[in-house]
Amino acid sequence: MTQTSTAPAPPGSSAPAPRRGERTRRLPTWAPWAAFLGVAAVVGALWPVLDLNAALFVLYTVVLGTLAVYLLTRAVEGSRRATDRLVTCLVVSAFGLAMVPLVSLVWEVVSRGAARLDGEFFTSSLVGIVGEGGGAYHAIMGTLIITALTTLLSVPIGLMTAIFLVEYARGRLKRAITFLVDVMTGIPSIVAGLFAYALFAIFLGPGIRLGVMGAVALSVLMIPVVVRSAEEVLKLVPNELREASYALGVPKWRTIVKVVIPTSIAGLGTGVTLAIARVVGETAPLLITLGITNATNLDAFDGRMATLPVYAYYQLTQPGVPPQFATDRAWTAALVLIILVMGLNVVARLISRFFAPKTGR
Amino acid sequence: MSSTRTTPPSRAGTGRSVRRPGDRVFAGTAKGAGILILVILAGVAAFLVVEAVPALTAPAEEIPGDGGLASYVAPLVFGTLLAAVIALLVATPLAVAIALFIGYYAPRRLAQGLGYLVDLLAAIPSIVYGFWGIFWLAPKLVPLFEWLERTLGFIPLFAGPASTTGRTMLTTGLVLAVMILPIVSAISREVFLQVPSLHREAALALGATRWEMIRMAVLPYGRSGVIGGSMLGLGRALGETMAVAIVLSVSGGITFNLISSGNPSTIAANIALEFPESSGIDINTLIASGLALFVITLAVNVLARAIVNRRAEFSGAN
Amino acid sequence: MELSTTSRAVVLSAALAGTLALTACGAANEENAGAGSAGAGDSTELSGALDGAGASSQQAAMQGWSAGYSGVQPGVTVNYDPVGSGGGREQFLAGGVDFAGSDAALDEEELPAAQERCAGGEVFELPNYISPIAVVHNLEGVDELNLSPEVVAGIFDQRITTWNDPAIAADNPGASLPDLPITPVNRSDESGTTENFTEYLAAAAGEAWPHEPDGNWPVPGGEAAQGTSGVVSAVSGGNGTIGYADLSQAGELGVANIGVGEEFVTPTPEAAAAVVENSERIEGRGRYDFAIELARDTAESGSYPIVLVSYHIGCISYDDSETAGLVADFMGYVISEEGQQAAAEAAGSAPISDALREQARTAVDAITAG
Repeated sequence: MTQTSTAPAPPGSSAPAPRRGERTRRLPTWAPWAAFLGVAAVVGALWPVLDLNAALFVLYTVVLGTLAVYLLTRAVEGSRRATDRLVTCLVVSAFGLAMVPLVSLVWEVVSRGAARLDGEFFTSSLVGIVGEGGGAYHAIMGTLIITALTTLLSVPIGLMTAIFLVEYARGRLKRAITFLVDVMTGIPSIVAGLFAYALFAIFLGPGIRLGVMGAVALSVLMIPVVVRSAEEVLKLVPNELREASYALGVPKWRTIVKVVIPTSIAGLGTGVTLAIARVVGETAPLLITLGITNATNLDAFDGRMATLPVYAYYQLTQPGVPPQFATDRAWTAALVLIILVMGLNVVARLISRFFAPKTGR
Repeated sequence: MSSTRTTPPSRAGTGRSVRRPGDRVFAGTAKGAGILILVILAGVAAFLVVEAVPALTAPAEEIPGDGGLASYVAPLVFGTLLAAVIALLVATPLAVAIALFIGYYAPRRLAQGLGYLVDLLAAIPSIVYGFWGIFWLAPKLVPLFEWLERTLGFIPLFAGPASTTGRTMLTTGLVLAVMILPIVSAISREVFLQVPSLHREAALALGATRWEMIRMAVLPYGRSGVIGGSMLGLGRALGETMAVAIVLSVSGGITFNLISSGNPSTIAANIALEFPESSGIDINTLIASGLALFVITLAVNVLARAIVNRRAEFSGAN
Repeated sequence: MELSTTSRAVVLSAALAGTLALTACGAANEENAGAGSAGAGDSTELSGALDGAGASSQQAAMQGWSAGYSGVQPGVTVNYDPVGSGGGREQFLAGGVDFAGSDAALDEEELPAAQERCAGGEVFELPNYISPIAVVHNLEGVDELNLSPEVVAGIFDQRITTWNDPAIAADNPGASLPDLPITPVNRSDESGTTENFTEYLAAAAGEAWPHEPDGNWPVPGGEAAQGTSGVVSAVSGGNGTIGYADLSQAGELGVANIGVGEEFVTPTPEAAAAVVENSERIEGRGRYDFAIELARDTAESGSYPIVLVSYHIGCISYDDSETAGLVADFMGYVISEEGQQAAAEAAGSAPISDALREQARTAVDAITAG
């Protein structure tokens, strides 16, 4: 991670003419690299003395290496360049640091989740399962059904709102809606869940758990995402297309349906897919609106439903005896969830690549 | 989103197009959808209030903990704010550094791919962060906590006794920091990209090093964007539920001790933990605490959006 | 342009539909075994669905019961909704479910309401799930640990803070206790386990435990973990940790012997069942109401007093004969030796004794449609 840290500055920024009196000596480009290697060697040699582990080794190397580069540059090239190199080291380390969670997380989930990534996991539910075996068929189906319902609720509302904002609205109402959509993206997911619960509890009595409640809660989270992305995409449609259509006497609504939307279909598809990816892993609202069940329930309007994230949560926190089997199932569920979300992200990218209109730019 | 942003369609066409029944229906539907957004947001507030009222009016003994609603919610609000602030303090400098790295340090060819890597952090479901936090991060932080207690124990923040499992407020804050990193760095990246290239080139032409150029041209220009972005991150951190629910060891009330096992819970995590087995007035109490969370995040988000939007208007980029 | 975008849209929606159309098959393990599979014995073939709700403590056992019961009556589905004890009782009173699972018996307000809900005005409450709660510890070099009630209270009240405290040493003559701080671990969520544990401390430790029994842990500042598994992993994760958890989940951890009278009793299913058997039944609640007052402060030899008892609550008489038949048959299975064995395997609970079974049998046999 430290290796690229001191790549030479791009030509545009590198060679301001040295002023008279300023030291003009420059370090060779390999010098910072060599400094880091040297520090790594020294720290490595001290490994037994300091009782290091891999994390501390990297930490010492980065800190001391940065210091070494700073002092070296300061001695040879002066304090301004030394500060520049110092910041470069810091910035690169920061990026490296941010990659630690990503790499360790993916590694952890894959290595622990792979154990139960088998056929049974995708074809069995937990009915009659004691200890070993069992799967998440019911939870996977629940997640698919709830996500489909959420999409069905959110996309029309979100898309029409975006059309309204781009094609119709103006003035105060437009500003108000834009602002509130922005604010809505910040609603905590648990609050969305409480809202859905409160809504249904008032009409159907307390203690209620329904699949459709989860879909309502997730829609509150998904609609603003759809509006924002659809708005961006619709704005990109060139105005000339609309004007050409009007000139042919096509009414405005047909212009939107037949010209504006088809032109931007790729961007809309990408936006919707990313919005689905955003809600598919939500746990908290489903925890309080759907609960959990062991059996397959495909009816979103009757009783509890299992979903993958909630399934993972309960398998981890309420395992049976011995806990090992349930914990394995929890990790596999987490792995499937990550695959699902990453898959949706890839699909979104493919859509925008293959379905994008070929504008003759 | 991408590089070519045509100007938004002018409104001139609206008046000229022919008004037909189809048009009216379509326009009405679109407007209805837009107004539905207002209704939903108002509905969220209204239904939460309606369900919270029984807890607001109930006698103090009926609220869990027997001390009344205020003393039930106060430690939760404190815990929520503390965890979010730790996350913010850790994430903001890191996110700015990442944004600078991707914008100005990484090779042009790699920059987009690296940006995508950071964005991947946002795609990971929060429950998986919880798993990671409790199984990977927390045990690895135990030696650090013990070291903090030994060397910095005189500061109340690190008074200890250090947790032996690592499930502390500081761990929670770090997990939250990782989770809000993508949004803060994405917004910082966006505002840094808007810095007029003339400013940057002028700085370089005057002989500035890369860091001096960033300090003189980029950071002052992007400051309010960074502030707005980190406040959006704060909003996220305040409402984050599952990761906190899994990682944090909850016992005891208000304390600034970050490395011990006695921590206040956060509003969202407390709801997730208590809701599934609650009934009656307990549910109303939880919804009342959720209402408090809603109000806090709403305030933070409104403020953040106002800052970010002001920036956008002022910049007049392109 | 027009044509191509339309076809693109078609492909797109087909792809989306395809992803959602993975619903071809059902869960492999949910197809009923079919007619005449298991030895149904002399009972007639029943069918239908039985709905229960309540404590999550007995959820694992319920899973064992419903799995075992499906071998006896393949046509019956038993649904159990782990909404918590309070929620279960509430739903039962409201008529939403046929029976409730609850870590506590009906209280004085709920009992009349339950009698009103039931057709004949009689309620059954059967202590069918008994789970010993072990005091688990993780202390290098110490496997055997004896703790009197007062010492347990002192440790969990955070007044005894090191392992070589004289009070602990007095209970463990000859053991080499290290000079190590004690980290008590408690449940962070509201739970029946905590309620029973604090109830035990309040009853048995006397002055040493100044707190009221509560489902929420009353002492601030300890290490807290969610769920039994959370406590177990927190205890195993540290050194010098001590916690309370269902015995079945203790795994590799050291399990303390608890002082009862003059001796120290190792938690075993038999010792747990013994304390339930020796407890007083609460009088005046009806013929078939076997709610008990657990003898937490028992001095009886061989009784282990820290147990969680979870009841099944239902009606002696239901409006609907099908429901009555199902409840009677299912409860009959639950209290049978086979049923208790299934729960012991699934949840590590202590099978009820023969005396308790006899007593519960009278209630089950009385269930009728009215």
